[in-house]
Amino acid sequence: MKKSIEDIEKIRAEKYKELSLRVDNNYSGKQKDILVCHGTGCTSSKSPEILGELKKILKEKKIENVNVVMVGCLGLCSKGPVVIVRPDDTFYSMVTVQDCEEIINSHIINGKVVEKLLCKTIDTKKAIEKLDDQPFYKKQKRIALKNCGVIDPEIIDEYIAFDGFKALEKVLTKMKPEEVIEELTKSGLRGRGGAGFPTGMKWNFVLKEQGEQKYVVCNADEGDPGAFMDRSILEGDPHAVLEAMSIAGYTVGANKGYIYVRAEYPIAVHRLQIAIDQEREYGLLGKNILGTDHEFDIEIRLGAGAFVCGEETALLESVEGKRGQPRLKPPFPANSGLWQKPTLINNVETYANITRIINKGADWYSSIGTESSKGTKVFALGGNVNNVGLVEVPMGTTLREIIFDIGGGIPNGRTFKAAQTGGPSGGCIPEKYLDTPIDYESLKEIGSMMGSGGLIVMDDSKCMVNLAKFYLDFTVSESCGKCTPCRVGTKRMWEILDKICEGNGKEEDIENLRTLAKNICKASVCGLGQTAPNPVISTLKYFEDEYREHVIDKSCRAKECKNLTMIEIDPEKCKGCDLCKKACPANAITGEVTKVHEIDQNKCIKCRSCVSACPFKAIS
Amino acid sequence: MSEKRNCADERARKETLEIAEKYTKDRDNLIAILNEVQVKYGYIPKESQLTIAEYLNIPLAEVYGVITFYSRFTLIPKGKYNISICMGTACFVKGAKDLVERAKEKLGIEEGQTTEDGKFSLETMRCVGACGLAPVFTINDEVYGKATVKKLDEVLDKLINE
Repeated sequence: MKKSIEDIEKIRAEKYKELSLRVDNNYSGKQKDILVCHGTGCTSSKSPEILGELKKILKEKKIENVNVVMVGCLGLCSKGPVVIVRPDDTFYSMVTVQDCEEIINSHIINGKVVEKLLCKTIDTKKAIEKLDDQPFYKKQKRIALKNCGVIDPEIIDEYIAFDGFKALEKVLTKMKPEEVIEELTKSGLRGRGGAGFPTGMKWNFVLKEQGEQKYVVCNADEGDPGAFMDRSILEGDPHAVLEAMSIAGYTVGANKGYIYVRAEYPIAVHRLQIAIDQEREYGLLGKNILGTDHEFDIEIRLGAGAFVCGEETALLESVEGKRGQPRLKPPFPANSGLWQKPTLINNVETYANITRIINKGADWYSSIGTESSKGTKVFALGGNVNNVGLVEVPMGTTLREIIFDIGGGIPNGRTFKAAQTGGPSGGCIPEKYLDTPIDYESLKEIGSMMGSGGLIVMDDSKCMVNLAKFYLDFTVSESCGKCTPCRVGTKRMWEILDKICEGNGKEEDIENLRTLAKNICKASVCGLGQTAPNPVISTLKYFEDEYREHVIDKSCRAKECKNLTMIEIDPEKCKGCDLCKKACPANAITGEVTKVHEIDQNKCIKCRSCVSACPFKAIS
Repeated sequence: MSEKRNCADERARKETLEIAEKYTKDRDNLIAILNEVQVKYGYIPKESQLTIAEYLNIPLAEVYGVITFYSRFTLIPKGKYNISICMGTACFVKGAKDLVERAKEKLGIEEGQTTEDGKFSLETMRCVGACGLAPVFTINDEVYGKATVKKLDEVLDKLINE
């Protein structure tokens, strides 16, 4: 049924009473909520079954006052599935279906924490009970992810309870479009998709355009491999994005919005559709929203697996049902976008910040962050780091804090080599820049970029030339083919890198790479081509010695380039256990049990099966 | 044989039209329709392409152009078990390449191919977003996280001997 402002306020007040234990550590009532993470990571490790089992046991034991709730991503994906008990703030990690009984019996019935499921610190192995005490969360500040892990994303009333639609109401009843833009401009919010264009200015361009029909688009085509920020927001708090799009519609004068989301994110698509349906039912999408003149509706458009569609004009082509090839700019989408109408395009995370800014004010928002970059940024922390997951930190936090304090450092006793931000458009950052406070400008200065928020950590077992090749391999297959510098140039770069990795590189290849990189950057039509050489440029800048080793000494220090390495057994460490021999698919290993084994280099296919099979770390 | 074929063609045409008719005849619905057809058949049959082109009143070449542009759409049927190995950066850094090599070796096919008996197909994909579990591979809809060559071997052996 259609809701008025009073109805929404009533839902908010009632529901908040019911849910306050989720955020209030001083809650003294009898209720307990068991929150089960349902992000993609935890869902893949069977969290829906855990949810079902917990519910079943509670029912069997006829326990009241305890709810089991599915919530969005809690961030610490590598320790998933994650379960949290509120208001106790107890953080259980790597929970299995078999553990559910014990959680109920011990924690819920007897009030005794289940020790074995607590997270342990990496260095001292001390168990930590509370979520707030986990080193992973200490330096984080959740703004865009405020509701992720707090509310059930499939229940609109839970969103309403935590200030949901308060910003929309404020904008519709108390603010003129110009005032909204002024607030955004004052907040200093910049586009979170990567380029960092000031959001207020972008909205203003579209507002100033004349025209009956305008559109609002949300770019949820998160194609950057190793990035899952936008997905987590859509899965954990879809209404925040929809509400912000509606605010955008009011502000720029558009009545129709599209969310362009990857089909590879089925859970996000599913929850978005539920959210849209619920908003339509409540009259929060449609005509006369909240009893005002505001009209706005949103449609989902599925992407079909093309990285270039993250580029805004390519995305527009794709929404129109065409091949996602970028258009020439100008005209910019603000002047001529979807079906040649003025169009506002923002990224998911940008939208997720809007309602917070409207509710808490531009001054509050701009007090967080650095001089040029305000607020927070969500990063998907991955690769060779202990705590893989989703983190949100104030701008100005250093990479060292993210990787070592939040991320818990490098596993397996290895050392840090490089961090990669910005995905295939970004660059590698070496250790000497770990203390740079992160913002749009500082990352650009050291040869990388903010990007959408993928942050991949690499240890010393990674070859930087091979990594550059990996990214070029990506751009070669994702180049849309429209312009020659990108289509042909990236392929030529890949070929040179492949030659170097195969051990056939020559010294002049390094110069050729530099020249090609410069030309591709200058001459490509869209952002994909203009930034495609960045992984090569930055690795050449900081790790040129590795390139030279490949080319001149024909060796790969990380032992990743197979033609440039030999796998050998250390006779000192080998105990003759025979496991490597059994693991070898090429029968290249000889040796009797209890005696030192050897590898026949002519037979070895360098699959490294033996390396992982050896319990004594004798093979490398 | 040809009669059987005609029958299958006819069915594909009919089913595709049923999918298409859920949408208006606006050209911008092309990708949405293709997505549904891809899910239904595991690829986009020629008959479906013809039907969609006719329904939206656009040239077949344009439909084909869109299909070949997007990596989600395929022109050959996928196997009963579609093995998809994530080559996103997080998985790459954690050794996904070894998984691809091993899968190719075991199944005797390259990426993007299907075994002759139609049982297996192999592809690499760009990030499922389960980076916390890297490296990751999926078989149909099931996700296998924290994968190793050994784990892949075990899973594949089980399916091969099935």
